[in-house]
Amino acid sequence: MAAIEILGLEKTYMVGFWRKRPKRALEPLHLTVDEGEIFGFLGPNGAGKTTTLKLLMGLVFPTAGSARILGREWTDPQIKAQIGFLPEQPYFYDYLTAHELLDYYGQLSGVSAPDRRHRIPEVLSHVGLTDVKGIQLRKFSKGMLQRVGIAQAILHNPRLVFFDEPMSGLDPLGRREVRDLMEQLKREGKTVFFSTHILSDAEALCDRVAIIHKGMLRSVGAIEELTSTVQGKVEVVWQGTNVPAGVRVLSADCHVTGDTVRGIINENQQDAAIDALRRERMRLVSITPLRTSLETYFVEKLQVRCESTSENTVGAAAGTRV
Amino acid sequence: MSARILHIAKNTFREAVRDRVLYNLIAFALLLSGAAILVSQISIDIERLVVVNLGLTAISLFGVLIAIFIGIGLVSKEIEKRTLYTVLSRPVRRWEFIVGKFFGLAGTLVVNTLFMAIGVFGALLYVAHRFSRPDAWIFVALYFIILEFLIICSLSLLFSSFSSPLLSAVFAFSLFVIGSFANDLRGFAGVAHGFTRWFATAAAYLVPNFSTLNVISAVAHQQPLGAHLILQNTLYALFYTVAAMSGAVLIFERRNLK
Amino acid sequence: MSSRGRTTVLAASSLLVSITASVLSLRHIDQLHPTSPVEDVLYIGSPKMVKRASFGFDGLMACMYWTRTVQYFGHRHLNGEMSYNELAPLLEITTALDPNMMAPYQFGASFLAPAPPNGAGEPDRAIRLMQYGIEHNPNDWHLYYNLGFVYYTLKDYKQASATFARGSRVPNAHPFLKILAARMAEHTGDYSTARMLWSATFETSQDSHIRLNAIAHLRSLQVDEDVTNLQAAVTRFGERAGRLPSSMEELTAAEHLPGIPIDPDGKPYELSPEGRILVQNPDNFIFVTKGTPPGYKPPAFGRLRK
Ligand SMILES: Nc1ncnc2c1ncn2[C@@H]1O[C@H](COP(=O)(O)OP(=O)(O)OP(=O)(O)O)[C@@H](O)[C@H]1O
Ligand SMILES: [Mg+2]
Repeated sequence: MAAIEILGLEKTYMVGFWRKRPKRALEPLHLTVDEGEIFGFLGPNGAGKTTTLKLLMGLVFPTAGSARILGREWTDPQIKAQIGFLPEQPYFYDYLTAHELLDYYGQLSGVSAPDRRHRIPEVLSHVGLTDVKGIQLRKFSKGMLQRVGIAQAILHNPRLVFFDEPMSGLDPLGRREVRDLMEQLKREGKTVFFSTHILSDAEALCDRVAIIHKGMLRSVGAIEELTSTVQGKVEVVWQGTNVPAGVRVLSADCHVTGDTVRGIINENQQDAAIDALRRERMRLVSITPLRTSLETYFVEKLQVRCESTSENTVGAAAGTRV
Repeated sequence: MSARILHIAKNTFREAVRDRVLYNLIAFALLLSGAAILVSQISIDIERLVVVNLGLTAISLFGVLIAIFIGIGLVSKEIEKRTLYTVLSRPVRRWEFIVGKFFGLAGTLVVNTLFMAIGVFGALLYVAHRFSRPDAWIFVALYFIILEFLIICSLSLLFSSFSSPLLSAVFAFSLFVIGSFANDLRGFAGVAHGFTRWFATAAAYLVPNFSTLNVISAVAHQQPLGAHLILQNTLYALFYTVAAMSGAVLIFERRNLK
Repeated sequence: MSSRGRTTVLAASSLLVSITASVLSLRHIDQLHPTSPVEDVLYIGSPKMVKRASFGFDGLMACMYWTRTVQYFGHRHLNGEMSYNELAPLLEITTALDPNMMAPYQFGASFLAPAPPNGAGEPDRAIRLMQYGIEHNPNDWHLYYNLGFVYYTLKDYKQASATFARGSRVPNAHPFLKILAARMAEHTGDYSTARMLWSATFETSQDSHIRLNAIAHLRSLQVDEDVTNLQAAVTRFGERAGRLPSSMEELTAAEHLPGIPIDPDGKPYELSPEGRILVQNPDNFIFVTKGTPPGYKPPAFGRLRK
């Protein structure tokens, strides 16, 4: 069963105080997310990611279209018990402590009192907030609030979670933890739908991604599908300080850094290169097919400069994870 | 009534308490004890009159101010700060949210009024040294004051559901003032002609009629109040509150959140 | 229907039902205490108290009390009540709140002094109110006129003359104050003076009660004057012919009048067998003193009518 089916949702805001002008935020969107997958919703600033999520949550009303969530009509109040939502830059009742807030939200989601009692400390430690008892949320830092936001989204054990930019405001450790958390949710069979413009996160986590720009869906698919426009090249890395002649004739650009060398060669010359290295008794470190990174894809696809490059830690190759 | 309404109401009450709303009781206590002491020194005969008039008027004004200033922010502030997102993405219907907010605010005011009422009876005992039977009518006056609060709460919520806090405050406060002189408006309609008369009559029936709920002078003069008036005032206040709340629900139900 | 649609329908119907119900219950409440706006006047009878309680919003409160006064008077008048006990306190409170508001003084001049059912029957308070007004507005000739008028209706021609004279010395005073002062001094309670006074009252006021009252007086004056003149003609006829005229026709012929004289309603005057001139519908002229059949009682309450 599909976890989310978006059937032509579209949104036109009316802006202006006196003479209202239409502002198109989302063109009719068709999208299906399967159960159990981690789905990335990518797009630059102002693309319409948040708008889509707000439509799905019933916070704003669509100009046209509909959606189904977990097999039910998306306006059905009953499905709300089975979904979790992290808004972007979440803000909460700042006169409450984290425990009180989660207790209140647990009540609203219909979590029983005994369940709340053990679940609240559990999710709080899960998001790395252990020492916050008795502190009102007004004294929380931005990253801490983000963590509370994630905690409230998973509090009631939802089958499907929506995260709007879950990594924003988090330190590197926090990002790592949230990635782990999403992977754990996936292992538990939950569906995760999250929006981001941080490509490395998407590359690291997503089964599939959708790319949206100026309110229009540009492409959907598995990361490999989108990026595996293999240019028929592989990257070979070995230990050493020189490039053997057998390799040099094959290729082209080799870079020596310290005692490792990286060389890019054509895929069909891969075996020849290995032989050459062996002959010289050099230690092979890795061979990876070279793919277009999501970033390159993004830039090409959207023909815009992505403002998030500074945040972007995508390596040159998709396979550098060792 | 769904449990969620109760939870929302409790949380609203908690917010008011943590915003130190009940501190107004200190101001009230100071005002009342000051007045009681002063009046017992300088005037004979009218101590009771002054204490009842001043006490009940202060209860009603303090309460109205609290109702307006909390009520106008109840919905718009939550939209503005986006605290609503994580509430409405739970199994909470929008109308439940509005109704829960209403009960939370009304509860706050009832508790506040109870404390103040204790103060008034205390002051009364201090100046008159004992209670007399007609003092029981003070309870009716207090009851009417609470009915008045219900109307104000629902109106503040109604305004809060579509306009900014500042505008809502202006609207709610004007309606409070106009409503306090509703009978004068009725009188004006009686002497006007043509369109003005028609308009004034319609306005006189649509603005909240707080004059009928204000029996402070009568109670201060120990006049009895008819059972019929109590019943009709109750009905009136309830109907009016339900009407304003329905309006608030109607508006909020179709609102796009920021 | 979606759950949102259902909520909308429910909320809309509950809105309609409860608004209707609230209006209906308000109408019920109205029947429980119809005169409520004036009630608190009884509680806070002292103008000073009201002024203190209005927290500086004196002007607004004055307007409010003025509206209440007019409403109170209109209400009682319409219901044919014989007394206006709260009229004086209402006017006193209004003028205490705003001593410069002219309308209450004019109103008081017309309706405080006359005995019920045409007024509150409180001449002393009427005089005090006017004097209070003059104290606060010594340069407004209207107030002298009003005070003089009260003295005149009390038949105190000496005071009336002095007051009109004082008024005539105020800058920009209306010239007729001088004439009125002179006439009062001669103490002619004649019809033309009365007519002058009531016409002036009519012209200087915008208030419909005051104007209707003035018109009623002017109409009644006309009848009184006509009846007086015709009665004199009857007497002259008797002296000449040694008998009473047999009909109005005979009287008009003897007086060389163009036709049978008519009252302000257009109805011809009548001649009784005893030789009295009668107005056909004395009830339409509530202030008439002449032309009524013997033993005539004015209607229980006199309505001011056009
Ligand atoms: N309430 C609103 N009224 C009018 N226009 C809006 C409103 N909310 C969003 N928009 C417009 O809709 C478009 C999409 O906005 P949206 O917030 O969905 O972008 P986003 O993809 O979430 O961007 P970001 O990465 O910056 O969060 C933008 O052009 C924005 O100006
Ligand atoms: Mg966004």
